Amino acid sequence: MAFELICPAGTPAALRAAVDAGADAVYCGFRDETNARNFPGLNFSREELGEAVRYAHARDRKVFVAINTYPTAGNLAPWHKAVDDAARLGADAVILADLGLLDYAARKHPSLRLHLSVQASAANAEAVTLFRDAFGVQRVVLPRVLTVADIKGLTAETGVEVEVFVFGGLCPMAEGRCSLSSYATGLSPNKQGVCSPASHVRYEPRGNELISRLGDFTINVFGADEPAGYPTLCKGRFAAQGADAGYLFEEPTSLNALQLLPELKKAGVHALKIEGRQRGKAYIASVVQTYRKALDAFERNGKVPNVDLDAVVEGARETAGAYQKSWR
Amino acid sequence: MATRSLLTLGPVLFNWPVDQWRDFYARMADEAPLDVVYLGEVVCSKRAPFFEDAIPDVIERLTAAGKRVVLASPILVTTDRERKAVRDLVEAGELEVEANDLGAVAQLAGKPHAVGPFVNVYNEATLGWLASRGATSVSLGAEMPAASVASLTQEATRLGVETEVQVFGRVPLAISARCYHARVHGLHKDGCQFVCGQDLDGLGVETLDDQPFLAVNGLQTMSHTYLCLAAEIAELQRLGVGRFRLSPHTVDMVRVAKGFRAVLDGERAGGDLAAELAGLVTDAPLANGFFHDAAGAAYIGSHERMTA
Repeated sequence: MAFELICPAGTPAALRAAVDAGADAVYCGFRDETNARNFPGLNFSREELGEAVRYAHARDRKVFVAINTYPTAGNLAPWHKAVDDAARLGADAVILADLGLLDYAARKHPSLRLHLSVQASAANAEAVTLFRDAFGVQRVVLPRVLTVADIKGLTAETGVEVEVFVFGGLCPMAEGRCSLSSYATGLSPNKQGVCSPASHVRYEPRGNELISRLGDFTINVFGADEPAGYPTLCKGRFAAQGADAGYLFEEPTSLNALQLLPELKKAGVHALKIEGRQRGKAYIASVVQTYRKALDAFERNGKVPNVDLDAVVEGARETAGAYQKSWR
Repeated sequence: MATRSLLTLGPVLFNWPVDQWRDFYARMADEAPLDVVYLGEVVCSKRAPFFEDAIPDVIERLTAAGKRVVLASPILVTTDRERKAVRDLVEAGELEVEANDLGAVAQLAGKPHAVGPFVNVYNEATLGWLASRGATSVSLGAEMPAASVASLTQEATRLGVETEVQVFGRVPLAISARCYHARVHGLHKDGCQFVCGQDLDGLGVETLDDQPFLAVNGLQTMSHTYLCLAAEIAELQRLGVGRFRLSPHTVDMVRVAKGFRAVLDGERAGGDLAAELAGLVTDAPLANGFFHDAAGAAYIGSHERMTA
């Protein structure tokens, strides 16, 4: 069976661009704290989601709705409503992370397809089996901590469809288990759906340098000839005691696992996911089109074609990340 | 509240030399007023073999001293060897297990067990689901603000489950498949030479402006600051929190434990202990921001709390 190509959309325009460029499914979220890309100016109203589903279904594509933050204690209603509305508006699946919310969705909407979000960080067969057996989860998006060999074992043991990230921004930390952002700002991916939020970012000139800060902390310092990147906490430059300063956690690189397609296929991976709901429609169209062509060629002859994604790769550098053991 | 507040000790998160590790627990057994001790290597499976032989003696020593020992499962479990270690822990069955990943949660279903701070329990629905499968206590993640602690504890109390809150020590903020300790030393995880053993409270990480920020502990990234909720003990007790967790460091943990015990028993003011701990912890400032719904690195003093 051919890989399913799962593409991000932060806006209705990006969703149409992804569908037109050849996405098999597009994932998106509501415009609130229920999804893990809760950025200003992004995401979908209920009406927009309804239209998006109609647009995709008319072209025989799918829409998945990410409701993948952790509901706040004492205030479950917005998350319940998001699940109810996604079901009502015809979403093909909801992507959830929280045990309590999965339990709600499974009981309230028994025919709604459930995917396990990367934010749940289910990193072994026992964890994946738990979600399969307890809630009927049909697909798991794996955290980026596993090697291809680990993934192969997991698909064989669980029988659950496996979706893996192949392109875009890379979390060096296990997703859904990281409080770095809230340590610096009080706002976290798990609670508010934001990592290193723009509301807490400052760029300050200092002589010829530009300082990027998050909350009270300097995340990077750029020379006059250096492009200034966004201060995502784990992509900053820091100095461990007694060592030179550098990209301690991760370089500002993009994940690109295109070269691993044959191995991912052998590992039993069902779907390939592109990160980037915060990206514009031109970027989405370009990446999706490129991946569509590459996948079609690969499905025809089993070879990974040479494709050019340099223009859109962050810092023009790529990594295969944790899929290769040497990354560790 | 009729029940007595329990003082607990989380697992040693750092790679201490095994002799120091054994001596530490002997002293905890003999001198620290602890009710529950969580034991086990939870950060990195490569370290586990160093402690394996010492664990039975330590369990015996702690148990003989009247401490309840709970075996903590690892945070990140991906390889077959790591999965087997969790399976063995669950199947041994003699001591209660604290689940620190969802695989352990899965395998402990139907048995009374503890849920550790590395399992995401952000709301009462999740807590209720875990309780229905046998969780008897839930240690809340350090990111939890007071309002969430209140809602979670209210539901837990209704279900006969205890909540636990970390009140002392560096806060675990992230876990990764990549070893940052090795990376700092120009090594990879596979050939790490156990360089994490050089930093008994973690390796300090500073910003480019020389501001202390984080601490690296192998695969784990922690706060530079030491969490201290001494001044919040009375409020936590009022909310119904039953367990108060200390995280081990090289500072005098007997003194830390005695201090918290006195505050829990109402014999000493929490603010007074916070002031003492600020002097005792010399390598970093204290923080309590998460509990007050602020940046975790912040310390919100009592005056600011009253006027907030």
